[in-house]
Amino acid sequence: MKLIPCPHCGNRAQAEFVYERTADSVVPLDAAPEVAVAALFTRANLRGVEEEIWRHTYGCGSWMLIRRDRVSHAIEWVKPIGPKVLP
Amino acid sequence: MTGQINFTFDGRALTAKPGQTLAAALLDNGIKLVGRSFKYHRPRGILSAGIEEPNALVTVGSGGRTEPNTRATDLFVYEGLVATSQNRWPSLSSDLGSALQLVSRALPAGFYYKTFFGPPKLWLFYEKFIRRAAGLGPAPAEIDPDRYAQRAAFCDVLVVGSGPAGLIAARDAVRAGKKVFLVEQDAELAPSLLRDPQEIDGKQGRAWAGEIATEVRTSGGRVLTRTSASGLWDDQFVCLSEKLVEPGQVPVNGFTQRYWHVRAGEVVLATGAIERPLTFANNDRPGVMLSQSVRTYVNRFGVVPGKRVVVATTNDDGYLTAKALRQAGAEVIAVLDSRPAPVGGDSEFAVFNAAAPVTAKGGKNGVTGLVADVDGTTQTFACDLIAMSGGFTPVVHLHMQAGGKLDWDEAAQAFVPGASRWNVRTVGLAAQPAPAETVGATGAAKQAFVDFQNDVTVADLDLAWREGYRSVEHLKRYTTLGMATDQGKTGNMAALDRIARREGMTVPEAGLTTFRPPYTPVSMGALAGMGTGEHAQPTRRPALYDLHAAKDPIWLNAGYWKRPRAYPIGAETLAQAGLREARAVRSSVGMCDVSTLAKFEVQGPDAVQFLERVCQTTVGKLAVGRGRYTFMAREDGLVFDDGTVWRLEENRYLLTSSTGGASRMATWLSYVRNHLCADLKVSVVCVQEHYAAMAVAGPQSSAVMAALTGEEAPRHMSVVEAKIAGAPVLVMAASFSGERAFEVHFDASHAEAVWRAIEAEGCCPYGLEAMELLRIEKGHMVVGTDIDGRLTAGELGLGKMVSKAGTWIGAATLQRPDFADPLRKQFVGLVALDGGSIPEGSMLVRFIGGEAEGHVTGSGLRVLEGGSIAIGHLKGGQARHGEDLYAWSPTRKQKAKVRVTSPHFYDPAGERYRD
Repeated sequence: MKLIPCPHCGNRAQAEFVYERTADSVVPLDAAPEVAVAALFTRANLRGVEEEIWRHTYGCGSWMLIRRDRVSHAIEWVKPIGPKVLP
Repeated sequence: MTGQINFTFDGRALTAKPGQTLAAALLDNGIKLVGRSFKYHRPRGILSAGIEEPNALVTVGSGGRTEPNTRATDLFVYEGLVATSQNRWPSLSSDLGSALQLVSRALPAGFYYKTFFGPPKLWLFYEKFIRRAAGLGPAPAEIDPDRYAQRAAFCDVLVVGSGPAGLIAARDAVRAGKKVFLVEQDAELAPSLLRDPQEIDGKQGRAWAGEIATEVRTSGGRVLTRTSASGLWDDQFVCLSEKLVEPGQVPVNGFTQRYWHVRAGEVVLATGAIERPLTFANNDRPGVMLSQSVRTYVNRFGVVPGKRVVVATTNDDGYLTAKALRQAGAEVIAVLDSRPAPVGGDSEFAVFNAAAPVTAKGGKNGVTGLVADVDGTTQTFACDLIAMSGGFTPVVHLHMQAGGKLDWDEAAQAFVPGASRWNVRTVGLAAQPAPAETVGATGAAKQAFVDFQNDVTVADLDLAWREGYRSVEHLKRYTTLGMATDQGKTGNMAALDRIARREGMTVPEAGLTTFRPPYTPVSMGALAGMGTGEHAQPTRRPALYDLHAAKDPIWLNAGYWKRPRAYPIGAETLAQAGLREARAVRSSVGMCDVSTLAKFEVQGPDAVQFLERVCQTTVGKLAVGRGRYTFMAREDGLVFDDGTVWRLEENRYLLTSSTGGASRMATWLSYVRNHLCADLKVSVVCVQEHYAAMAVAGPQSSAVMAALTGEEAPRHMSVVEAKIAGAPVLVMAASFSGERAFEVHFDASHAEAVWRAIEAEGCCPYGLEAMELLRIEKGHMVVGTDIDGRLTAGELGLGKMVSKAGTWIGAATLQRPDFADPLRKQFVGLVALDGGSIPEGSMLVRFIGGEAEGHVTGSGLRVLEGGSIAIGHLKGGQARHGEDLYAWSPTRKQKAKVRVTSPHFYDPAGERYRD
């Protein structure tokens, strides 16, 4: 079971996380139909490094972007996702 | 070691010496026949002395403590052990199924697959026969009375295997200041030093091992014996299965096993190597054993498994066995060495070079001789034990489970660990196995076994190859090679060798099948831990659970929730109670606990913008104090949930959605808020369990609400704040039943007081059964069946409510041309034409046997008048009202003639909502 470095909690076991989707499958708001369809149904599905959205569902609940090698599972980096903290 | 241990095998009272495995004790008692084989019921004995054993599988223990398929070689005898042989009837020595050996031609490789493709009736006939004839021990029928502990731990270095290489790795790590876990599957440390005693660092081997174990313990580490490292995953995550007592044994403190999850900084695999059998005719007979294992029985357990022995080897190890046997008083008739020239000068034994075994003679009680090929001539040796060594297969399982690579060691004719993806390294014989030759199969191919446990012979492999199964993964599935409890630990390499020879390629070119956890079988109980019975899954009890329970309702498990399905009076059935409750709602007034509904508070200056992304309807037009029905689409434009949205204050909304979809909706709202709407000023909070909620429905509900709150009840789709029984409540006028109705939401801590106050007004409690009857008659949809994530709002009949602004998520995708297809499924009503009920879940067809054009999502009846009705999805259904079809369920042998209608059977104009 992988260790995933949650931006808020540090290294935690993969069982605490839920994989959401690849970053390229996010449909931007008000996207043109062809953009939305392409994002949903014709993704690259690379055998290699890709950016993915994960959530620390059974931990702090925060979302993150993970750049990960989908063959070796090696994580390049993790970035938090969400609204900027208000001042 | 003194004393003796009493145990039974197939009811026979026997004794064992302390420290003996069951296999050792059986051999010590002169018992060679231990089991019958999986498919052909061939007599089988003991092949090995370790966890790789394919033959000697027994059932131990009794009642719920029964463990089938326990390896006699991996079971240490305890006082009172009860062991029985498997897959035989009426008894081990006179097994009727062994008649199958005569018809083994009827069960060749791929038999199951071939029968699948034959006429189904033939398969049904064979299945009964095969299920009884082929198999391992039966699963226990009773609940396991013992408990299984689970523990998590961390260490710097985890060493698997306590042979010399593992002990040295552990010692070095301890001396470098590391916290070390040392894991050994055997009951004793360094079992290889018990097999081959030697001095290390000037000390007797076992004393040396004991000193290192002490060093590990005193430095804060752990030494776990009787513990199998069953799986290794990413980032050095290791699962350990620790036996606290032997299988079938009554535990001292209630715990029989402990399952560990260990995260290690580094994993050192000192897992050794498993000896390979040689492939010749009748190599599966009792009395044919692995060479090293024979030595283990002689040197460790004090058992000499034969008096007149032939050793057949492809490497130097056989000579060690020959020496050990001679020292123990056995006669070594011959050493058959596959290598053409003598190794290492004069031998003290009768060595035959360029020699290989061809056919073992003898039957169920052991071998009596061996026909061998000695440099092209046939020779026969009389013997009662054949000790064989076909070389060594490094235990690379854990390395491979964690994504490692393999290299090919030509001298050892074996795969050895290559690069590892994680901080895992392999040491000792697992990394550098002893040199050995590979010799091909000899003797009659139909009696030369490759996989003993699955009864796979050389002939089976050849047949599969002739039939075109070339990939090892296909071959495995076709022949069942390498399956079952031993996962081909002894046989896989011989099979690969055969296939490589047939294919004219090398073994590394042929490749290996995937290594999957667990390395050795793990008890299901160990995986479950304490998560059994009521702890197997969470139970969610609504705030009113105790109050419902006092009425002794029929419960329904709705996800993890416990919800009343009906409150029967006297001897009422579910159907009778449900109909009575539904009629109370239609004719007077009823009340229902709807606390489990998903509820979200959405607040902030951008709340409307957020909601008009999530909801397909308009939201911004709502005045404060008003609410509306709404539904939500995914990015693909399909509706996945519905509910209501209420404007409580200028910038504060309450959104409700389905019970079953609650956690999915919570995730979706979080996704939209964090990924798509990160710039909005809005807060979304799940208040599902914070608020309890009750529906009050029926023509008298307005009067009930007025009496309870002292104020006029709000008009349909309005919300007011009020007090009931002193508790602040939100009264929301909304109807799921089709009658004038209210949902009362309030802090869950007041649940009981509010419920009692409402019930005191003469409301009839109703459960989910009545709710189903009411909402189906009204044509209201539920999430999961009617709203199943496959239809658009238009197809569900909600098109007119969709916001024209199109700001909602999914609007773009909905423009796909596919959605314009008029033959996509649409939501319809169905009326029974011939009296009977309409089977739920059945398919909609034009004639019995016709193609399915839709299905029934919910079946009910007209609550007051009677008469079966249903709702469903039908291709192009909205244009087919008036058409007659069949609702047909061939699996349940039910059918009903139905007419397609509008789904709104009751008060289609909605006049009953309004006062």
